[in-house]
Amino acid sequence: MIVIVDYGVGNLFSLQSSFQAIGVKAVVSGEREIIERAEKIVLPGVGAFGDAAHKLFSSGLGEVVVRQAKKGVPVLGICLGMQLLFEKSYEYGEHNGLGLIKGEIRPISDVIPAGYKIPHIGWNGLNFGERKSDLFKYLAEGEHVYFVHSFYGANCEKSVIATAEYGAKLTAAVQEGNVYGCQFHPEKSGETGLKILRAFAERGEQV
Amino acid sequence: MITKRIIPCLDVKNGRVVKGVNFQGLADVSSPVALGKYYSDNGADELVFYDITASSDGRALFTDILREVASTIFIPLTVGGGINTLDDFDRVLKCGADKVSVNSGAIKNPSLIYEGAKRYGDQCVVLSVDVKRVDGEFRVFAKGGREDTGMNALEWIKRGVDNGAGEIVLNSIDTDGVKGGFDLAMLQAVCEIVSVPVIASGGAGCAEHFVELFKKLPKVDAGLAASIFHFGEVKINELKGLLKENGVNVRI
Repeated sequence: MIVIVDYGVGNLFSLQSSFQAIGVKAVVSGEREIIERAEKIVLPGVGAFGDAAHKLFSSGLGEVVVRQAKKGVPVLGICLGMQLLFEKSYEYGEHNGLGLIKGEIRPISDVIPAGYKIPHIGWNGLNFGERKSDLFKYLAEGEHVYFVHSFYGANCEKSVIATAEYGAKLTAAVQEGNVYGCQFHPEKSGETGLKILRAFAERGEQV
Repeated sequence: MITKRIIPCLDVKNGRVVKGVNFQGLADVSSPVALGKYYSDNGADELVFYDITASSDGRALFTDILREVASTIFIPLTVGGGINTLDDFDRVLKCGADKVSVNSGAIKNPSLIYEGAKRYGDQCVVLSVDVKRVDGEFRVFAKGGREDTGMNALEWIKRGVDNGAGEIVLNSIDTDGVKGGFDLAMLQAVCEIVSVPVIASGGAGCAEHFVELFKKLPKVDAGLAASIFHFGEVKINELKGLLKENGVNVRI
């Protein structure tokens, strides 16, 4: 069973529905015991990093996610949920994340040229580079996914499994073993997004 | 490269799509769910649902439908119509909307933009503006374009963005319904003053008008239309093919 971690940030309706659409059971829960029993964990999130990190840590759920991830339970962070996997963020101050992915979250204005709109919002193509993660096993290079963000994963070169071109190569997805993160929203990326969720749901199973 | 977005807009009244729909191969053409799914399957990048119901019964029906749409269609959904308070934001976001479009509600209470952006993020707040030329200036109109507010549109839009609006939908009343093309002069004026995405609305009569829009105004991010899609005059997948042939980057 997949558990979508509910720590009071954002709307989880579409995410849960998209798993339902591919025939995968996913429950939304903010209870430790249920997250501890999850076969796979999805960490969603919208809004500001500091506020979300505070909620995640103060609820004790951040600790559970880290412990389960270290045991080998597959974890998928989405959008702000991906950013929370990093060591720290510089969004309005400096905040610690879960530290499951080496690197930090910085404003895209640091790297994109003048004239590019912020946030980076809309459909952009995924470039996989040399290694193609199992998360993208059903995808072709260049398939479009939906982004909405003003901050990005920096200094995480070793973990990057996809980038998007927006005046600079922005981190679109990361992976460190069983821990995955997507800056974009698979649950809002049409068929392409559902293929990514399916691949995550199938991870660790014989396909 | 980020793509230009094509966005069909569906007006919903008492749970049904209005504005006359004429589709072949679609059993229930006025079902927001069926029509939304059709568009999503045929290349729409995003959907806008506009609740034009006045009654509270109709409003409840609308959120039920929204829920159904959001559980079957996995592209971004923007919802507008009757958004006057933060509770209205909450109501539609809980049903699966990704963005909330404010128009008259923000004119009545400009702090709605700031409050919405503070609670849900800038990316969540779309400022939709109906604009018409009056005495040589761009003027904001309220109540579905019926009432001249006397406000200068460029100032209003600038203020909206400063307060946290993450996108602008610019609907030109001057070109709306005329089918002679988008209002390029008005769009250009807005693109020059804001740094957030601008969505063009009003005036599209054929696929070529979208080509003209994106070629002449590369700063415009998306084109929105209703009846030409609903009546099948322009098919979104064919439109995107034409855009691509003309060097406009689109998601195919």
